[in-house]
Amino acid sequence: MNSSYKGQQLRSSLVINGVLILISFFWLLPTLGVFITSLRNSQDIFTSGWWTVLPHKEQIQAGEIVLDAAINVDEPMQIEGVTATFEELRQGVDLSDGRTLTWYGNKRTRTILVSEEKWVGFFFKPLTLDNYKDVLTGKEISFTDASGNEITRKGNSLGGAFLNSIAVAIPATIIPILIAAFAAFGFSWLNFPGRSVIFTMVVAILVVPLQISLVPILQDYTKLNLNGTFLGIWLAHTGFGLPLATYLLFNYMSTLPRDLLEAAYIDGASNFTIFTKLILPLSVPALASFAIFQFLWVWNDYLIALVFLGDKSRVVTYALASIVGEKGQDWHLLTSGAFVSMLLPLAVFFALQRFFVRGLLAGSVKG
Amino acid sequence: MTIQKPQDKNSGMTGIVGGLATTLGRILISFFVPVITFFVLWQVFIFLRDSEAPQIVIVLVAIVWGVAGVALLYVVSNWFVEQLPDPWSRRLQPFVYVGPAVVIMGWYLAVPVLRTLVLSFKDEIGVKWVGFDNYIFAFTDRIMIETFRNNLLWMVIGTSFSVGLGLLIAVLADRTRFESVYKAIIFTPMAISFVGAGVIWKFVYTYKGEGVGIQEIGLLNAVVLAFGGQSQPWLSLPPWNNLFLIVIMVWLQTGYAMVVISSAIKGIPMELLEAARIDGATEVQAFFKIIIPYIKGTLITVITTIVIFSLKLFDIVRVMTGGNNGTNVIANEFYLQRFTYGNTGRASAIAIVLLIAVIPVIVNNLREFNKDRRAF
Repeated sequence: MNSSYKGQQLRSSLVINGVLILISFFWLLPTLGVFITSLRNSQDIFTSGWWTVLPHKEQIQAGEIVLDAAINVDEPMQIEGVTATFEELRQGVDLSDGRTLTWYGNKRTRTILVSEEKWVGFFFKPLTLDNYKDVLTGKEISFTDASGNEITRKGNSLGGAFLNSIAVAIPATIIPILIAAFAAFGFSWLNFPGRSVIFTMVVAILVVPLQISLVPILQDYTKLNLNGTFLGIWLAHTGFGLPLATYLLFNYMSTLPRDLLEAAYIDGASNFTIFTKLILPLSVPALASFAIFQFLWVWNDYLIALVFLGDKSRVVTYALASIVGEKGQDWHLLTSGAFVSMLLPLAVFFALQRFFVRGLLAGSVKG
Repeated sequence: MTIQKPQDKNSGMTGIVGGLATTLGRILISFFVPVITFFVLWQVFIFLRDSEAPQIVIVLVAIVWGVAGVALLYVVSNWFVEQLPDPWSRRLQPFVYVGPAVVIMGWYLAVPVLRTLVLSFKDEIGVKWVGFDNYIFAFTDRIMIETFRNNLLWMVIGTSFSVGLGLLIAVLADRTRFESVYKAIIFTPMAISFVGAGVIWKFVYTYKGEGVGIQEIGLLNAVVLAFGGQSQPWLSLPPWNNLFLIVIMVWLQTGYAMVVISSAIKGIPMELLEAARIDGATEVQAFFKIIIPYIKGTLITVITTIVIFSLKLFDIVRVMTGGNNGTNVIANEFYLQRFTYGNTGRASAIAIVLLIAVIPVIVNNLREFNKDRRAF
């Protein structure tokens, strides 16, 4: 390897890393903004951009000079070692030591503000967790707006919505997996009439858009009084998740070694024993892949919750969307609310990323 | 190919009469157990639906009831079937395992296709037949034409940017030491909800307007102002606002494209690329002549998936603009027709339009499945 080749490699590696760092930066920036904003005082959020918490230079008032009556303000004046007219002072005059003189108001005030450019940053404006407290408990908040009016608004309780989301997401993850596992076992290892035809149907409905179901299923739910119940939404998520779950688990289970199962049958084990003692433990990787998918899908779902659960048991996505609708400019609530809603899926995602990627590669994409 | 359960050996010949009596008794008991199980589960459901207990209690009871209830139903019905005489037991058991899944999929997806089709030919409350009126609306109304245009924008622009960026990042990251860091950053938006992503981007686009002492707090407007431009209400500027919404989809979907493509690229044999380089191929040539043809199948899968995603896209538009200012999409119009205007006929016709759009994918899935059905 000669040195020019090495140099070329170094250069291309720098370019590649540069491009990737740039893309990553743009990818993170919006989330970073929301995260920082969620930690800022609600009044600060309205008066300055979130980037002002980062260290930067800002003009800070350092003092003021009141001109004495002897100075004629209609002529150039000598102040702090510089000579300037009123007009120039209104625009701001820089001093040699870095300070700036700015005339305050009209001519009659005879006041000049002295400001200094200073580094300000993280410790200049204190960060707070109050927004999270407000959005979780739904406590009232009051602040003063730009024109000095005291404004009081009621917070939305995201704490309750968080509990509801858990009540929806855990069963809506486990139930379809259980049902799909039994079905996949049946399809892959048991013989019954119609097996091939039924499974072809499963493949056919893999990508059917769920909008197809909303109108008729809502009619059924109204008749059965299932609207707004946890059972109703579990069943809906089960119904929409089952084709994919069955398909994936079938693909996995049908590759399990035949010898193992044959041996178990010869030993006299029943189907149920074979399923619970042999198939399920062997299928853990596939089950985990689908579980994390279904969990994220259910937790992040908005449409099904909107249609079948509605206002009665608000889940986090629903609650967050209603804050957007009702208080679209209350960024202290929106930003902290968005982070509350992301907390659990992000934790699950990072803890089980391996399974998630495996599921993705196995084709875990819903219709 | 499947395995048959061998004959039960312990059901020996202990007298025909005695055997018959116990069989009858067993069947009677085995009818009671499911009935009792069902009754108990139903009572808990009523409690959950109507009770005023503290939320945390309801949530805990609901989780335990839901999960344990389903498991119990399987155990009980399996037990019930195993009590039956052997040929029956063997014949029915597969249906105990497969049945619930088939019934639920039939109820929630297969049958609704037909029911929605029927409703799409009826009036807004699903009573009178109206012929093709709803389809005439779905294909000719000004609003629908706008949604078609927008969905086309989402499909073409959104998909090409997601896949293009995903491919670029996958190829570049493959050559760095920090591959996993870059990938994790691009991939993370996949974990969050569209509503959450909507909030994140709404904040980027937020606009306060002109006036004395007004400080723009949205990132995009601040950047535009810093470069001497004018702040804009980005989300109410048709037709550009569609692009600002599509950015969100790209932000969410690039990670998916990247991961799948990246794993396909890692499957390319090293010798193939080495040989090309020795033969004097440039990196660009190797990319177009080897990498792209090698991962073509994966690319098609990724593109199909993202196209379907953009076809059914709902949450982002719903949260960001509600479909106003020329940003409406098919799925949002479906929602509006059904839940805001209460017109089931039109909503059903729109749903059928969505179904028609995915039919090529369904046909392809079936063809692929028939091609390599090793198990059947």
